[in-house]
This record gives sequence, C-alpha cells and structure tokens, in this order.
Amino acid sequence: MRTWFLKAGLSAALAACVVLPATAQTPKRGGTLTYMIPADGGPSLDGHKETTYAVLHATAPFYSTLIRVNPENPSSTTDFICDLCTEMPVPTDGGLTITFKIRQGVKFHDGTPLDAHDVAVSWRRIVFPPLGVSSAREAAYPMVDKIEDPDETTVIFKLKFATLSFMPALADPWAYIYSRRILEKDQHFHERNIMGSGPFKFEALEIGQSIRGVRNPDYYYPGQPYLDGFNAIFAPKQQTRVDAIRADRAALEFRGQSPSARDQLVKELGDKITVQESDWNCGNVFTPNHKRKPFDDVRVRKALFMAVDQWRGAEALRKIAIVRTVGGIVFPGSPFAATTDELTGFPGFSTDIEKSRAEARRLLKEAGAEGLSVEMLNRNVDQPYIIVGTWLVDEFRKIGVTVTQKIVPTGPWLDAMRTGDFTLAMEANCQMVVNPIADSGRYLPHEIYKENFAFHDDPVQVEIYNKMVRETDPAKARVLMRAYERQIIEVGAHQLPTLWFYRILPIRSYVKGWKISTSHYLNQNLANIWLDR
Amino acid sequence: MYQYILKRVLLTIPTLLGAAALVFLLMRLIPGDICLVRLGGGGGSFDPKALAACHAEIGVDRPVIVQFLEFIWGIVRFDFGTSMWSGKPVTTEIVARLPISLEIALLATAVAISIAIPLGTISALKQNTWIDVAVRIFAIGGIATPSFWLGIVSILLVLDVSNAITGTPWMPPIDYVPIWKDPIRNLSMAVLPAITVGYRYAAVSMRMTRSAMLEVMREDYVRTARAKGLTNKLIVNRHALKNALLPVVTLLGIEFAFLIGGLVVTEQVFNLNGVGRLFVQAVQNQDYTLTQALVMLTVAVFVFTNLIVDLLYGWLDPRIRFS
Repeated sequence: MRTWFLKAGLSAALAACVVLPATAQTPKRGGTLTYMIPADGGPSLDGHKETTYAVLHATAPFYSTLIRVNPENPSSTTDFICDLCTEMPVPTDGGLTITFKIRQGVKFHDGTPLDAHDVAVSWRRIVFPPLGVSSAREAAYPMVDKIEDPDETTVIFKLKFATLSFMPALADPWAYIYSRRILEKDQHFHERNIMGSGPFKFEALEIGQSIRGVRNPDYYYPGQPYLDGFNAIFAPKQQTRVDAIRADRAALEFRGQSPSARDQLVKELGDKITVQESDWNCGNVFTPNHKRKPFDDVRVRKALFMAVDQWRGAEALRKIAIVRTVGGIVFPGSPFAATTDELTGFPGFSTDIEKSRAEARRLLKEAGAEGLSVEMLNRNVDQPYIIVGTWLVDEFRKIGVTVTQKIVPTGPWLDAMRTGDFTLAMEANCQMVVNPIADSGRYLPHEIYKENFAFHDDPVQVEIYNKMVRETDPAKARVLMRAYERQIIEVGAHQLPTLWFYRILPIRSYVKGWKISTSHYLNQNLANIWLDR
Repeated sequence: MYQYILKRVLLTIPTLLGAAALVFLLMRLIPGDICLVRLGGGGGSFDPKALAACHAEIGVDRPVIVQFLEFIWGIVRFDFGTSMWSGKPVTTEIVARLPISLEIALLATAVAISIAIPLGTISALKQNTWIDVAVRIFAIGGIATPSFWLGIVSILLVLDVSNAITGTPWMPPIDYVPIWKDPIRNLSMAVLPAITVGYRYAAVSMRMTRSAMLEVMREDYVRTARAKGLTNKLIVNRHALKNALLPVVTLLGIEFAFLIGGLVVTEQVFNLNGVGRLFVQAVQNQDYTLTQALVMLTVAVFVFTNLIVDLLYGWLDPRIRFS
C-alpha cells in the first residue's frame, strides 16, 4: 500500500511541468538574489499569526521548521523531509504517537542554542495559543492532544486519533520555530522583529518597500545557503514586475505570472529566461446559497453545474488566465485526486456537454426555474476570479440562466459571504501543503466548517468525512474521498470546484537550484538557490 | 498680519475635526473589516477563533462610540494610534513613505513651473500665432493624457530604447534610496515619474497662465505703462506677470497638495513606496486607523498649502496685504 502511495506521489511530481536544465551543476557561492513580492507589504512579521504570502515570502528565509516539503522535489504531494529533526519518524502506538529527534548544535541568529524545548514551545503556540495570542492555523490540528518535550533532543506529538492528514499538516511552512527564551518574555516579539535559525539573518526592513537578509554562517546544512544575501522588493503591480525582470532589476517573483506575462518575457529575453510551471493548490469554488430560493432546490443547483463545460473551458482559459487543470475537490496531482473517468460522471464534468445542458434545461423546467436571472458575487481580482466568473456567466447563459457579476473588493466580498448576503458566489480555495483530507474539510457544512458559505446541511457528507479523517489506510481513505466528493458535487450539488490554478514563474536563467512547488507558500527558505553568473 | 495667520490656523481645527468624524463614519460603512481581509484575503482556510482574537486585539469589537471617542481623544493629543494592518504606529508608516511623495511632488512642481509660466506667457503674448497654437496643443495633450498611461509608456519607451542602443533593457530602480545616500540612483528613480506627473500639472498651469496674462495685458495700467514708453519686456516682467500669477499660484498650491497622497496610480506604475500607494493599501485593507490618519494628513496639507497661498497673495498683491 505504501509503495502504491509513493508511486502515485512520484507520478504526480512528474506531472508538474517543470522546465529545468537537463544536467545538474555544481552550485556557486556568492551574490545577492533580488526578487519581488507581489504585494504592498505584509501585516505583522509573525508567521504563526499571519496568512498572506506577502509575510511568508519576506520572512521564510529567516526561519527553520520541524519538517518541510523536500526542496529537491517540491512538486511531490507526499515527499516530506526533516528540517530541524534528524529523521522522519515512524508513528507508534497505533499512529497516536509521533516522536521527533531534534538536530543538535543548531543556533538561533542571536547565538543561543536551539533545542527540542524551542520546537515544542513554538508548536504549542500554534496548536494551543496562549491567551492574547492569535494562531491562524490552530484549527488545522484537531487531532493533536499533547506536545511533549521530555528532553533537549526529543519532541513528541500525542494525537487524539490517528490520521493521514497529520504529517502534511506538520509540514506547514508557517510553523516557524521561535526561541522559547524570547517567547517567555514577550509573546508578541515576532510580530515586530525577526529572530530565527534559518539560512539567512535579518539585515534590514524598509517599511512597505523591501526586506534584506544576509547569509547565516552557522546554518546547519553544510555549505548552504549559497547566496551572500537577498533583497526582496514589494511590487504589487504586475506590469512593474514584468518590466523589472526584463530589465534585470529583479530575477523573479515567487507567486505566479499570467500566461501573457510569460509569453512577453520569453519573447523578449529568449534564453535569458527560464519558465517553471506547475499545477497550483488553489482554485475557485462556485457556491450557490442554499438558503436562497430557488437554490434550496437541488435540481436548480445541479442544472447550473451541468451547464458548465470544464474541459473546453480549460483549453480556452489556460491561454489567458492562471487556470489550467480540470479537477474535483482534491488537488489534481495528489494520489487522492479523482481520475478523469471518475470525474466525468459528475455534473459540471461531463464530456458530452450538449446532453448535459439538455438535462440541465429539463431540471430547470421541472423545478419551475426557467428563465432564471440572478447575481453572482465575485472578488475584484482579475486573475483568475473575474475571468473564471465571466466564463461561468457565459456557460449559464447557454441553459437560459442570466447571471450578472457583482464584483467587490476583498473585505465586502468576504463579508457578504459570511453574512449570507448573496445568491451565487465565487469562493476561493487556496491551500498550502497538499493535504487532501484536511483541505477537503472546507467543503463541510457551515455548521461544522464556518468558512463554507453554501449554508447547506448534509449529515451523510459529514459522516463520510468523519470516517475518512480517521482512516489510516490510504487506499480505503481514497475510496471514502470519492464518496465524499460525489456527495458534494453530484448528490447534494452543494458546490462546484472550478478549474485549478496554474502557477507560472518566469525566472532569470542565472537563478539556479530552486524548483517550483504546488503552492506559492512552499519551498521559500532560499537555502538551495545559487546564481550562475 | 499675525492676527490673520492665527485666525487661519485656528480655523483649521474645526476643519480637521469635521474631516476626522466624516472619515471615521464612512470607513465603518464599508462592509467587512480588516481581520477578514487579513485572514481570508489569501483564499485559504482560517480559524473563526483567530478572527475573534483579531477583532479583540485591534479593538473593533468594542462599541463604535467608544472607538470614536478614543479616536478624537487621540487626535487632540496628536496620537493617531497604530496601524491595524501592520501593528506599527501610523506615524512610522507615514513617515516612511513621505520622503518619496514629497520629492516627486517637489520635482513635478519644478517641472510644471519651469514649463507652464514661460510657455503660458509666450502663448499669451503671441496670441493666435502658430506659437500659441503649438503651445495650446501641447497643453491640451497634457490635460488629456492620463499620467499613469504616460508613465507606463515612458517605462516601455526607456526599456525599448535602452535595449536598442545597448542591447540590454534598462529601467529606473524599483526600490527607493534617499537622495543623500545615493543621489544618482535616487534621481534615476524619481525623474521619470516627476516628468509624467509634471507634464499634466504644467499643462493645467500653462492654460491658467495664458488666460490670466491675456486678461492682465488688457488692463488700464498696462496700457498706461505702454503710453509711458516702457519696453515690452519691462511691462511683462514688472507689471503683467506678477499680477497674472495670482490665480496660477492658487492652482499650483492646490495641485501640490493633491500630489501628496494623490499620486495613487503613478506610484503604482513606478513602484514608488509613497503616501498615495499607502492610502490605497489602507483603504483596501480596511485599516481604519491608518486611513483616518492619512485623511487627516491630506486635509492638513491642503489647509497648510492654502494658508501659504494666501500669504503669497499678500506678497504678490500689496492691496491684499494692506487691507
């Protein structure tokens, strides 16, 4: 079973379309990498508290984590390796106890030693935040019962129940290890300051403009980092970032560019630019509000799903938007993802679109919802929210449903969804480490998962999920995942996952060693990057 | 004179307080809040407990009236609080952005003055000649062309021209260095935005200069000066231009005040970490405290600039000073 799982993970890694030099080169030391962060500057500097990549891209190079995705194979959805631990543990006690041995001789940037107590204190801060401390990912660890640190080299996670979702959750790139000495004095220190044990030491922060780091000579991976330092510049406008790469004011950005930006840079820079591409663990979710008529009727919801031709949509949209792959509720590269055959039976995934739309029109007639005219809430972000939204509007038109988009800024968009003040909505589903069981928890009814805005009720769906989350056999969990997916898309027609995002990174060719991953949150510590010039 | 200045300064207090109350209420009418943007903006999952903790941390869970009174009390003490987004004092956030905005505003004003006053005067003096027509076309072009478009085109032009000449595309730096640290790098970043903003600014001022000059040149005292046999140069420089500049100075003042915080799109195009960009960021993030402080700053700049303009009136026109 384990072999099957590894093979599936490997094939998923190979599926990521990464354009890399065929031969391995010896890394060169030195140089400063200038990259851009496509944002206006983040909020605080505390990784435990924040959620925006603007913070992660600025701070990840300064910190260590317990485990992480393999930087040499970051496209894999199953390949996790130690960062501060010495070897990946084998769970004991029926999967309820996971014991990590911590590297010795690791130092924080202030020269103090890092040991298992720092790791445990940091993880307890994430999972069981003290009063007055905000942990953005506290809810990601419902399985954790206790975190123990019996000595300076051991950290033990005791679980309430064994689950396949624990290890990916542990590879959270935000789970920075902080010094317990600092946290004991001030739990809010890291909101305003940077002090870690990662490959780079903090040099300077120009508010809203840039952050700089220099090589940590005491880094625990021998020879790394290769760079003397880095300079990360905040640049929110896409055209500025494209121009800056063209003029070599910066070598890359780590989030993702549009297909047109990629094509422009390739055309203008030729072999001076290398493009890395990958499916992205993000997508939009089309959500009808079940509390609003006529979407309280499953036939109407299903009819809307059946109007959508995702296969042809993917072919067309990939040329203009950062979307590409048709998939269900699980990231397409994961062993848990539905195959094409498994998907095509669902409404919204049919390969015979005319038949599907005829059935959709029949369902609308049967439900007395012919000539329906409704509003769809969407976010004022072009790539790809508005583009995907516009495509959906046109798809619905083909079954006689008129949908107009109400495009609003992020705050009002979230507020309208949370208060139920919408009929149809384009939700976002952007995750980090591919963790199919945990990630698909966002489809649970609102009563259980508060950030699901379909406002539906489905005890069968909940029951399947609860079984799946406690299943430790990957093959059996996969079967349950299919049943869970069917319940969401077909039986209940609660929500429709639309095309998965596609990550496109044009990179100056002299930047070597870095490989694209399935999320812009992953593989950001920059330790293995080097400059070939 | 001192009494006049004092009166004007005291009048700014109710203006500032009125603006403060207005922006406080308007910000809270926008649906959503900063915690939602902070936790849910990335499209990922977040814990409702984190949302509640965020609300408590920044104090938006308290009654609005309490927040309002605290805000007003802060203004009275010149304490604008901390940014809800970054947790840093708003003064730190603004002071970090002010130098680049001020520099662009000053350079753009210099560009505008150096183009508008000579060309506007020549245009008026050569009314209905080809020179006048050319200057008016130049001015209309400046008014009709959006600065951000001109900015994008100018960057692309610089990239393409430098590529054609040297084989390597060049563009201005995208990170700011103060002029006292590296003048060349600083100016290479600031010149292009100053020209693109200054062109529009010059165009508006040029048309104002022209029409004011045309009016003044028809005044009795100009005719009298001519009758006395004064040279045209002397008439223009000593009698006409000084009087024609009154409305131009007003316009320059208003435009200058607008540039501090108003260069929203230009700052984005040139990746300038200025007050305009901060303003947009604050509104998008629904950062109440920072937006309120920025509005107060903008109002204060307008009020202060108007005060300076009024004082300049006195210098330019003795009749105002003596009355």
